[in-house]
Amino acid sequence: MTRRVGTRPALAWLLVGAIPVLFLGVFFAYPVVSILGRGISDGSVLEVIRRRSTGRLLWFTVWQAVASTVLTLLAGLPAAWVVARVQVPGRRFLRALLIVPFVLPTLVVGAALQATFERFGLDDPDGGLRLQGTVWAILLAHVVFNVAVVVRIVGGYWALLDPRVEEAARVLGANRWRVAWEVLIPRLAPALWSAAGIVFLFCFTSFGVILTVGGPTHPTVETEIWRYATQRTDFTTAAALAILQLLTVVALLVMINRLERRTASGAVARRPVPARAVRSVRQALGVAAALLPALVLVVVPLGVLVERSLAVGGGHGFGNYRGLGTSGANGLFVSPLAAVRNSLAYAAVATALAVLVGGLASVVVVHAGRRSGRGLHLALMIPLGTSAVTLGFGMLIALDSPPLDLRTSRIIVPIAQALVGIPFVVRSLVPSLRAVDPRQREAAAVLGASPTRARREVDLPIAARSLLVGAAFSFAISLGEFGATSFLTRPDAPTVPVAMFRLLGQPGAVLRGQAMALGTLLAGLTAVSVLVIERLRPKDALGW
Amino acid sequence: MSPSPLSRRSWSALVAVAAVGALLTGCTSDPDPGVASGPTAELAGGEAAACRPGQVPKAISAAAVSKADTSGITLKLVTHDSFAVSDGIFDQFTKDTGIKVKLLSSGDAGTLVSQSILTAGKPVADVLFGIDTTFLCRGTRAGLFTPYAPAALKHVPNAYEQDGDHLVTPIDVGDVCLNYSKAAFPKPGAAPASLNDLTKKAYANDFVTENPETSSPGFAFLLATIAKYGEDGWQDYWKQLRSNGVKVVAGWEEAYEGSFGAGSGDRSIVTSYATSPVADVVYSDPARTVPAIGVVADACFRQVEFAGVLRGTEHPQAAAKLLDYLLSPRFQEDIPLNMFVEPVNDQAHVPAVFQANRTVVAHPLILSPAEIEAGRDGWTAKWTEIVLR
Repeated sequence: MTRRVGTRPALAWLLVGAIPVLFLGVFFAYPVVSILGRGISDGSVLEVIRRRSTGRLLWFTVWQAVASTVLTLLAGLPAAWVVARVQVPGRRFLRALLIVPFVLPTLVVGAALQATFERFGLDDPDGGLRLQGTVWAILLAHVVFNVAVVVRIVGGYWALLDPRVEEAARVLGANRWRVAWEVLIPRLAPALWSAAGIVFLFCFTSFGVILTVGGPTHPTVETEIWRYATQRTDFTTAAALAILQLLTVVALLVMINRLERRTASGAVARRPVPARAVRSVRQALGVAAALLPALVLVVVPLGVLVERSLAVGGGHGFGNYRGLGTSGANGLFVSPLAAVRNSLAYAAVATALAVLVGGLASVVVVHAGRRSGRGLHLALMIPLGTSAVTLGFGMLIALDSPPLDLRTSRIIVPIAQALVGIPFVVRSLVPSLRAVDPRQREAAAVLGASPTRARREVDLPIAARSLLVGAAFSFAISLGEFGATSFLTRPDAPTVPVAMFRLLGQPGAVLRGQAMALGTLLAGLTAVSVLVIERLRPKDALGW
Repeated sequence: MSPSPLSRRSWSALVAVAAVGALLTGCTSDPDPGVASGPTAELAGGEAAACRPGQVPKAISAAAVSKADTSGITLKLVTHDSFAVSDGIFDQFTKDTGIKVKLLSSGDAGTLVSQSILTAGKPVADVLFGIDTTFLCRGTRAGLFTPYAPAALKHVPNAYEQDGDHLVTPIDVGDVCLNYSKAAFPKPGAAPASLNDLTKKAYANDFVTENPETSSPGFAFLLATIAKYGEDGWQDYWKQLRSNGVKVVAGWEEAYEGSFGAGSGDRSIVTSYATSPVADVVYSDPARTVPAIGVVADACFRQVEFAGVLRGTEHPQAAAKLLDYLLSPRFQEDIPLNMFVEPVNDQAHVPAVFQANRTVVAHPLILSPAEIEAGRDGWTAKWTEIVLR
């Protein structure tokens, strides 16, 4: 990206860059540094890091995350192909459906998976096939959660690749596998690394899944940070583990960033290549087989969730849903439906913040100096790899005096959610901005367009689409975010996940049924909001 | 747009990071949980002292409280996420004192205490509700509270006051007990009746409990076994539980609603509360009047929950008035059917459905806050080694 930068534009870049840097600095770096500093001043961090058990803990955390990522890629790639290339009926619905588990609170998906294990006899303590409480259950749950990331990021990028390249290879005599391995995968690589990076971070810092599905014998760095900080009030050990977590995350991000950049090559189309209709029975079977893994993994737990939400007394009915409108005698201070309103409002603000900050950051990442651009890109990803406790406690001790006394303010919730949403905006936007074929811009210039106009006409359509992808992700994530929100939200204004958690935390079948109904509602809400955002896309954008 | 291969330098940087990581970790053995601070050393004599803050702040005087004009003040009350009250419960309080109450929450009981310690002296709220027997010592020692003694304490049994300085005020009391499914044990005498029973073959693979490292009732049950079998016996007891197929899950929800299935799951005995039958009836669907679960009254650990004025509040007198209100019959009578624990004020009337279905525990198992704080980390570490490894 060689371009001469004058003084005025440089100043403009500085202003554009200042917003994301400030946002990240004030609401992420400052709180995290404060809480780590507190832990360090309390005792010896090094002693904790040198413990043998710490090494084992880190090792297990890393390998389960790597294994989960690989499995998620394997399960998601075939579905990504369908989404990108094949004209199947209900494609939008399919994409919206797949993303649902990703944004449901882990507690709920965990409980649904647990029920699924029980139903299919995978919970038998006397040998046989036992899944509950094993590492396999953790991996499986991670695939269920994250398969949408692969389908969306890889599928979206895939649609921008010209299929004629693969077809040419076929014509030249390469067999199917060779085409996939030597032509397709290398072309998909930037998106693959991008998706792998996000999935890895989520698995590396996953909390609810580890505790509920994995049982108490599989602690990870994340669950141990929570345990030491909240249950033992041992901030030194928690800080030591948080530092290890941070270092690991940064190291892996650096690596993935480089791999992603190294592989970014070749032109992508300005608009998605139209998907093709299914022509033969054989093709239809292939499409079905490709969709099967992802669909089964997502539909089964969701089905159990819906079934439970409809279970009333001995039979089935809508009693749990009717109960959502009433407040009182439910442990909440409002009706569960009010929580839906809160969630929507918070998520809207969080998405606006994420789009603003993430959008500006993406521009800087792509167009500013290489070093600073990369640094920012990396820094924006780090919140995904930071534990909710670190951030939540950090905000409590850092943002405690004017003008930033936000500890009990409502705005703190969408800010924390935006921190999680921003990386999705950036991750969606940057690869496509990077991949804009410079020749398109040159062609525009040759045809007489000013640089600004060239940017507007060439970059913007591509960017807008990716921005919507990021916004959809960000919105859905904010709807389901539980970790940081649970530290910061007020009981009289709970979000849906917080309300579900509270309902589930109390005895009684009625409240449990209501929690499941609320979960189903959240799932539907997510699917609908994603569908709506997809409708907003430009007409000529056929899919990603 | 030059696709630069991952340079040799960056690879070596990564390798270096990994090497440093490997070097840092895995060099030393862990501290042996068995020799970590036991309870016995600090118990005799210095027990109460171990829980006092370095300096006990000056108490809020009742005279100053009654004189203070508190109208227009908004107080923040921070609680754990199991806190529940009826709608508008603070309306009368606002009417009487002019004080508005804003609620804050911060995760479970452990998180509440840790977060308060983190912000000690510069608190997020004015009053804290929800520190219990198991965390009390940690909180008082860290200097979270300013002393205040509500007049209504004269209606509260002495045993519930667990610190000598009135740093906190008892608000409610609950017993963590074994529950069993009546359907699973239909014959008279078939249900377990004591802690000892759980080690018998008849109850093999029947019992599910919560991890004491991550769950408040789970920890209370561990304390019950320590109170019952003593420092010498509890470890053997858990070894027997393990060989008898105890299942351990992360939290109450997974245990009670999951494995135990609220009385219809694959596990028929669970660690829950003496009041679980009340909730079972209140929330039953279809409605029933007789609870489907029973309580083993022999094996209950008693937890008192406290509230206190947070040190550093700008409104100590108003905060004291809120403590008075929390201990008043109006608030106390609201507690049972919202939080399913007993009020401590003996002037408070308990609702009939609560009265009819609760289990009165005559001889609860008890450990003092100081004993618990001194033993806690060592016990849980040892427990993890025995039960989970």
